[in-house]
Amino acid sequence: MTAASDASARPAPGAGPILRVAGLTGRITGQTVIEDVSFEVPATGVTALLGRNGVGKTSTIRSILGLIERTGSVELGGIRIDAMPTHRIVQFGVGYVPEDREVFAGLTVAENLRLAERDAAPRREFIARLFPDLVARRDQRAGTLSGGQQQMVSLARALVNENRLLLVDEPTKGLAPRIVDEVAAALGEAARTVPILLVEQNLHVIRALADRVVVLSGGRVVFAGAASELLDDEERVQRLLGVHDASEAA
Amino acid sequence: MDTVVLLLITGLGLGALYFLVASGLSLIYGLMGVLNFAHGSFLTISAFLGWEVGRRVSDGTWTGLALSAVVGIVVGAVVAALTELLIIRRLYERHIEQALVTVGIALASVALFEGIWGTDPIYTERPAWLTETTEILGARIPNDRFLLIACAGLVLGGIVLFLRRTRYGLIIRAGVENRHMVTALGIDVRRSFTLVFAIGGAAAGLGGVLASVYYGYVSAHLGSVLLIFAFIVTVIGGLGSLTGAAIASVLVAVLQQFANYYLGGTGDLVVVVALAAVLLVRPRGLMGKAA
Ligand SMILES: Nc1ncnc2c1ncn2[C@@H]1O[C@H](COP(=O)(O)OP(=O)(O)OP(=O)(O)O)[C@@H](O)[C@H]1O
Ligand SMILES: [Mg+2]
Repeated sequence: MTAASDASARPAPGAGPILRVAGLTGRITGQTVIEDVSFEVPATGVTALLGRNGVGKTSTIRSILGLIERTGSVELGGIRIDAMPTHRIVQFGVGYVPEDREVFAGLTVAENLRLAERDAAPRREFIARLFPDLVARRDQRAGTLSGGQQQMVSLARALVNENRLLLVDEPTKGLAPRIVDEVAAALGEAARTVPILLVEQNLHVIRALADRVVVLSGGRVVFAGAASELLDDEERVQRLLGVHDASEAA
Repeated sequence: MDTVVLLLITGLGLGALYFLVASGLSLIYGLMGVLNFAHGSFLTISAFLGWEVGRRVSDGTWTGLALSAVVGIVVGAVVAALTELLIIRRLYERHIEQALVTVGIALASVALFEGIWGTDPIYTERPAWLTETTEILGARIPNDRFLLIACAGLVLGGIVLFLRRTRYGLIIRAGVENRHMVTALGIDVRRSFTLVFAIGGAAAGLGGVLASVYYGYVSAHLGSVLLIFAFIVTVIGGLGSLTGAAIASVLVAVLQQFANYYLGGTGDLVVVVALAAVLLVRPRGLMGKAA
């Protein structure tokens, strides 16, 4: 949990975490889905949020964003954001790539991106360079795009703004291997300028991107530390994530 | 032939009225999931205040009517926006309470209007041309039908342009699909809630003034009657779909006219049967999203 045990983390000594979650409890229609979750996300690099299916990864992200009812404290860059409504949190500099993409199917690619632009000078060239395919399809309805292309739109919506933190939920879910690589490359590129909290099931992608990992089990944090510390321990990976062989996970 | 033409154009005119009410209902439901039973009250108050102002300035002239229309639009927009801001805003996601409150507003406002303007219909004056007829393919069409159709066409065009061309329109279209994701892009979607209420209220307000032209009177129940058909239209068209509301408005009103003429005044019954049929065969309506 502490930075000291974290050999591969990149933040300069003394730099505080960008996100500090403490005692976060989330409820959906009155039912507790995560309980007393506490962890930190360093100010640089990728922190992977892991755990078996249904353990509460998505609920953690949605609690941070105020998309579900929550209690506990969430600090972004040292400022409490847990009392803010979702749109204020996002305006404060949080980019969100939801599970299942959630593009606006009836809007065109260009409209999806335009809607997401918050900054006075949105980074359109950066997006065009990262996802050239989207430029060609700017007038196509997002609902008619392939899953991979929809994921590009969803990522682009978050990356078009300067953010202080990205919350990215299972960006490679259900995508073909070639597209998984493309998405991972885009995230790697993004991670050079913004810290990312990444929910991901694909161990290849985690290995390639994550500096630190936080593992949830039963709605609570059961491991937090350097990515290598977890991933090099086959038995632990299997126990905590329920996957046998790192290479077969998808 | 001339009867068919007359029924068609009268149906279109009545459909125009339905659309002016249904467009707002549909947008409000589509964006916020609110079934706004108070929508008829927006129409009625606009009809009364439009009439009060118009007749004082220039009764039975185009100037008077134009003024009534402007007053109706403004009153509808303001009353609707206030209803959203002061009442509905506290009740988002609480569908039972919303229904209770808006039904309550509807019932209480009828009583209030009856208290102020009485229980009998008040007959209104209108420009002479509107009381005349124009011959089309042998049918003598009352001219007020053309006014209704033109106004509804303009409103439809205006709303479509607004939705397609403006930032708020973009937010509303996205919000109809997925309100939470709009919020998660850093947009305060509640502001567009108020706006959508105002737009819906403005259309209903214009509808109120035009309804008083079409029926030839204003009454405390003007809105209640139109609201029922507007709801049917909204459901048949597909909750949340503006195009669906436009198409269903015309279909329902034309069907109603034909049934009234050829099936011995069974128009209302036929409309309800049509509603039941649509709900059975295609529960999401003609153009609605899959549930
Ligand atoms: N809308 C909902 N209503 C009720 N319970 C829900 C709802 N959404 C999620 N849950 C429950 O909350 C718990 C956590 O779900 P969550 O989606 O956060 O898990 P997850 O770790 O993201 O799972 P996955 O790996 O499958 O994406 C689960 O037990 C789930 O059944
Ligand atoms: Mg999930």
